[in-house]
Amino acid sequence: MSEKTYVEDIDRSMYDFRNEDKDAYRISAGLTADIVEQISNEKDDPEWMREFRLKSLEVYNRLQVPEWGPDISELNIDNIATYVTKKSGMKESWEDVPDEIKDTFDKLGIPQAERTSLAGVGAQYDSEMVYHNVQKEVEELGVVYTDIESALKGEYADMIKEHFMHLVPPTDHKFAALHGAVWSGGSFVYVPKGVKLEIPLQSYFRLNAAGAGQFEHTLIILEEDSYLHFIEGCSAPKYNVANLHAGCVELYVGKNAKLRYSTIENWSKNMYNLNTKRAIVEEGGTVEWVSGSFGSHVSYLYPMSILKGKGSKMEFTGVTFAGKGQNLDTGAKVVHAAPDTSSYINTKSISKSGGCSTFRSSVVINKNAKHSKASVSCESLMLDDISRSDTIPAMDIRTADADVGHEAKIGRISDDAVFYLMSRGISEENAKAMIVSGFADNVSKELPLEYAMEMNNLIKLEMSGSIG
Amino acid sequence: MSNNVLEVKNLSAGIEEREILHDVNFTIKKGEVHVLMGPNGAGKSTIGNVIMGNPRYQVTGGNIIFNGEDVTEYSADKRAKAGIFLSFQEPLEVPGLPLDGFIKNALEQKTGERVRIWDFKKELKKAMDVLSMNESYGKRNLNVGFSGGEKKKAEILQLLMLKPDLAILDETDSGLDVDAVRIVSKGIEEYMRETNGSLLIITHSTRILDNLNVDYTHVCVNGHIIETGDGSLVEKINEGGYESFLEERK
Repeated sequence: MSEKTYVEDIDRSMYDFRNEDKDAYRISAGLTADIVEQISNEKDDPEWMREFRLKSLEVYNRLQVPEWGPDISELNIDNIATYVTKKSGMKESWEDVPDEIKDTFDKLGIPQAERTSLAGVGAQYDSEMVYHNVQKEVEELGVVYTDIESALKGEYADMIKEHFMHLVPPTDHKFAALHGAVWSGGSFVYVPKGVKLEIPLQSYFRLNAAGAGQFEHTLIILEEDSYLHFIEGCSAPKYNVANLHAGCVELYVGKNAKLRYSTIENWSKNMYNLNTKRAIVEEGGTVEWVSGSFGSHVSYLYPMSILKGKGSKMEFTGVTFAGKGQNLDTGAKVVHAAPDTSSYINTKSISKSGGCSTFRSSVVINKNAKHSKASVSCESLMLDDISRSDTIPAMDIRTADADVGHEAKIGRISDDAVFYLMSRGISEENAKAMIVSGFADNVSKELPLEYAMEMNNLIKLEMSGSIG
Repeated sequence: MSNNVLEVKNLSAGIEEREILHDVNFTIKKGEVHVLMGPNGAGKSTIGNVIMGNPRYQVTGGNIIFNGEDVTEYSADKRAKAGIFLSFQEPLEVPGLPLDGFIKNALEQKTGERVRIWDFKKELKKAMDVLSMNESYGKRNLNVGFSGGEKKKAEILQLLMLKPDLAILDETDSGLDVDAVRIVSKGIEEYMRETNGSLLIITHSTRILDNLNVDYTHVCVNGHIIETGDGSLVEKINEGGYESFLEERK
């Protein structure tokens, strides 16, 4: 009874089905100007975008791989195909999506979710969006929800040009540069002034091809006084070669607007998730991040918020679960660049079966950001002696007139609590899952019910096989 | 079939190398109320925990037979499913786990059947009424921020909902004020009336026993049951204290 719990590997079969790569267009592995040109030609980019890609490639070649985080030396871009597509085109009806792709999203429950609880859905399969649809009522409000490629050529072309990789420039870091060079797919959302969308929009990203990369770009623009809840889901089947995800999310939150951005990430455990997310918030605006990180072999993920306008706010609620063979480096960054701004970062991390979870945060309060408030709280739960949890909070406060708080706690799952739940007839495995779910409750209660249930299922999945 | 619910036979147990219980024997029949008394550190709580299957303790000898089945090697959840319940002296706090959801989950795992939400709500309300608990407690996280009295009421609430064959109450009355003891006692009486279950009450005081018909009293000292008697033994010890009781036995 007193033996340590140990889990060999989890049953991820519900996410693990894969499709044959037949009929797919797959660009040669590696990264050269020629390959970037080919992608640009495939996508029929406007001239400025073609140049943007090539310039990004130059930046990529100049920058070093980061050495301050988890080891990514085994990731070799020469083995990664940066562009893979079935060339089926993007559809507005699930009926028209090719069967095997549709089947994939059926298994993941996406069409079902669209019917019951979403205002619009986008689905990306490998490098291209295969489906985008938004409810008619939502469209009538002037809300735009489409893929970036279409937006680049349509009515919103200038808006894209003005915002694309302005918040996250390719010079930001090596994988932002990579994104700039080979980005493909993703979503563009525009919410006009005063429009409050009560029902969420969701984009789901599925990477099916082995040894490939996914580089989707999400660009969201909220005008004054608008509201949007955007949900992002990701998954992939497991392969024994490295896959790479280097997406980029740019969020522009207008005056008094409010954006909630929720992510449930469940990449397979051969994935390098080197993702960059950033929001800029105007006066009185709010950005709320809800983030669940469960999958991937290695993650570098620190959504950043720039509180540009007076009285703007950010809230970040996150949970990270690192199991066997996972090294997840996650957290959040915020820059207070105006007076009366406030930020609230609250994260939970769980590590188990030798997994390593690192919380990393950065809070900067500029000199002019008087009367600002920042609070950082991180709690870690280690489920055994072989797992690891680190906390690296950084603070750079340049005004005396700010209220800053920080709290960190590291704990272990209590044997007494497990026995207590077991004494009511609950199995050891379920008792531990209940304690871990409770620990991550701050995130699940921020999610719509269906996603909270998915998250609890992911926790149960991670905890299953815990035999005492 | 015999009426024996619990048979503790030559039970020895301890933590790591240290033996705490030595050759403990007693039998509880259906519907009986047993009281386990003894000075601090005598091993009373250990008896409760070992019967429930706390992995912190190792059984070094003897057997625990429950409803005719040897459960000595069973894990705690299996014992709970068989019908053993322990009201904890210090119930644990579990953040993020609401009390009502927890009880519903426990009921479902115990019976292996889905519990219908309306039936459950009705049952829960009824049990909460017995314990003068406000319904809002159901939504609160298990024992988090509960006062001592609230925690003990939540334990008895679980007892009323799970309806075990045997309830072990470990110092359920300790640290409670007179009103709280009265309410908790009412809950225990309700359990006896509804289920005709059996009770093993580990206690220092007699307040909780006022309205119960005690069948047997066991006195535990230094890990031994040194004396077993009827209900009157409780009064005898309370009048003279353990010192004189032990003195008298010499």
